[in-house]
Amino acid sequence: MKNNGPKSTSSATYLPKCPTGIQGLDEITGGGLPRGRPTLVCGGAGCGKTLLAAEFLVRGAVQFGEPGVFMAFEETEAELKANVASLGFDLAGLVRRKKIVVDYVHIERSEVQESGEYDLEGLFVRLNHAIDSIGAKRVVMDSLEALFASLPNEAILRAELRRLFRWLKDKGVTAVITAERGREQLTRHGLEEYVSDCVILLDHRVVDQIATRNLRVVKYRGALHGTNEFPFLIGAEGISVLPITSLGLNHKISTERIATGIPRLDAMLGGRGFFRGSSILLTGTPGTGKTIVAANFAQAACRRGERTLFFSFEESPNQIIRNMHSIGLRLEPMVKRGLLRFHAARPSLYGLEMHLATMFKEIVAFQPRVVVMDPITSLMDSGTASECRAMVTRLVDYLKAGQVTTLFTSLTQGGHTLQQSEAAMSSLMDSWLLLQDIEGNGERNRLLYVLKARGMSHSNQIREFLISDHGVDLVDAYIGVSGVLTGSARVAQGALEKAVVLANQQEAATLKREVERKRAALERQISDLRSDYETEAVELRRIAEQVGTRTSVLGTERAASGRLRQADVSVPMGIGSARGNSKPKSKR
Amino acid sequence: MKTKKSSASHRRPAKLWQLRLYVMDTTPKSETAFANLKKFCESHLKGRYRITVIDLVKQPHLAKGDQILAIPTVVRKLPKPVRTILGNLSDTERVLVGLDLRPAG
Repeated sequence: MKNNGPKSTSSATYLPKCPTGIQGLDEITGGGLPRGRPTLVCGGAGCGKTLLAAEFLVRGAVQFGEPGVFMAFEETEAELKANVASLGFDLAGLVRRKKIVVDYVHIERSEVQESGEYDLEGLFVRLNHAIDSIGAKRVVMDSLEALFASLPNEAILRAELRRLFRWLKDKGVTAVITAERGREQLTRHGLEEYVSDCVILLDHRVVDQIATRNLRVVKYRGALHGTNEFPFLIGAEGISVLPITSLGLNHKISTERIATGIPRLDAMLGGRGFFRGSSILLTGTPGTGKTIVAANFAQAACRRGERTLFFSFEESPNQIIRNMHSIGLRLEPMVKRGLLRFHAARPSLYGLEMHLATMFKEIVAFQPRVVVMDPITSLMDSGTASECRAMVTRLVDYLKAGQVTTLFTSLTQGGHTLQQSEAAMSSLMDSWLLLQDIEGNGERNRLLYVLKARGMSHSNQIREFLISDHGVDLVDAYIGVSGVLTGSARVAQGALEKAVVLANQQEAATLKREVERKRAALERQISDLRSDYETEAVELRRIAEQVGTRTSVLGTERAASGRLRQADVSVPMGIGSARGNSKPKSKR
Repeated sequence: MKTKKSSASHRRPAKLWQLRLYVMDTTPKSETAFANLKKFCESHLKGRYRITVIDLVKQPHLAKGDQILAIPTVVRKLPKPVRTILGNLSDTERVLVGLDLRPAG
């Protein structure tokens, strides 16, 4: 292992890491913060520095058995406890159990006067005492820069800070030091020049009136790290960074298939519907029936007794229930039985991160087997494209890990190339159905086809999607030289084809009659020939008989005349019969 | 903890000064601070002050209470309000300002 270069992935032997336990951050940093070294976390006001530091400490104490010291320069112990309690961290309890020590360091500038030389040995003593009292492995100093405001002598402070970081390293604790973002440098007071091992930059910016948080590992000495900006959320369970790259593609895979609620659609999907735990994208222009397909899917799931969570970002639950009722779908009983739950929220109500956090919460609370998001695109308006993609990825990943089958509907604007507009998201999806409008003959008809369905044979046919009082159905569309025919054109085409069939049938009958006639004629000919032959044969037989009769008559006559003339036996002109006849006569 | 009490005050017995000097061990810096403080008190607060010297090497837990960061530090516990002076007190003028004491006169 010693020979491994800096690109070694087994960073454990190369540079020991200290896992933060913060979702996503350990993936980006390849295992955590550098163990036994200070890490600088900088960012503007309200970007989550303190929370990140607190979570690092709390998770260290709870998950990794590493007690920690929180040296707070800005918030009192009580404030800090209250603040992190909102993230579900029981800091007060950890303090009671001596897993964490909080030391509030505060100097009021107006009460302090300098006179002569001093050093910050007091700070060292406090820190050392706190560390030793619980055997701490982790230290947070939030934010050290407050000292610049408290202590008038910057020269002393800088010298002492340099000593402090050296001291922290010697002490062997993994430290997180927070600092305010400076205007031209990473931190306001240039702390980055002291902390050279790892620098993480947090950012909270507003683009198009949408606030997003980003995290970037600016520097990580001696280790590979993701250099991109990653969006992160502050949710009910703390911070979670959303790196797409960190997704582990190792979900459990099911071969079970579940029905879509539309029999013909099942037939198009190899006859058995979607895979359980797969993610399905249903794309369509406005009014193509996306919600209807989704509702059918939800109802089918409920009928199987599976809990279904329906996220609606456009319609209220009651509106969906009423509308579905009009096509014969009764969702209300499912809601009453507790199998179907709606969660409706306006996309603009809050930011993307908050939506994601809320959705996670709902999913955890309800434990559904099927989730419908209708439509995912309206949620996408509350963030930039890349963030949304990250969010959907996160969501898909999460749901797949739990074997939850998810149907996302996606609204595309008319006129856009569907494939193009959804390409970013579609790669995450296992199956992709397309609903499309076509106009013609003064009417508008709906089409459905399966664009992709991973791991199953699926129909390549375009089906017409019919919505009636009785529900939905798929019928074969006519596809000819003039394109796809639907609606009345399809019916007209049907009639046309019927006429063609009729004409063909008639023609066939004519042909058949003709053949029959020819056969009859031929047979007539054959019988004529046969009768001719028979006539001739009779004639021939008659002639042959006549010849025989004549010959015997001749012989008889000759013998008679010979007897009359007393002729000798030798009859020169005798024939067999005559001679034979004459022989006994001559002996006589 | 060394406690140094001056002789009984005779002029204003009600206004007793309580001063705490935080030091680390017996470094020259600490020694200087103690000497300076004593000299200062003797000349300005004769008979009505009490100095408590706290060695943080021996009692590190006491640093938290008075928010000690710098060494040496003098904290005026009484009279209120609390005042803090950082340093070895070599600058007497600043000590006077820091302790709200105008030179006699």
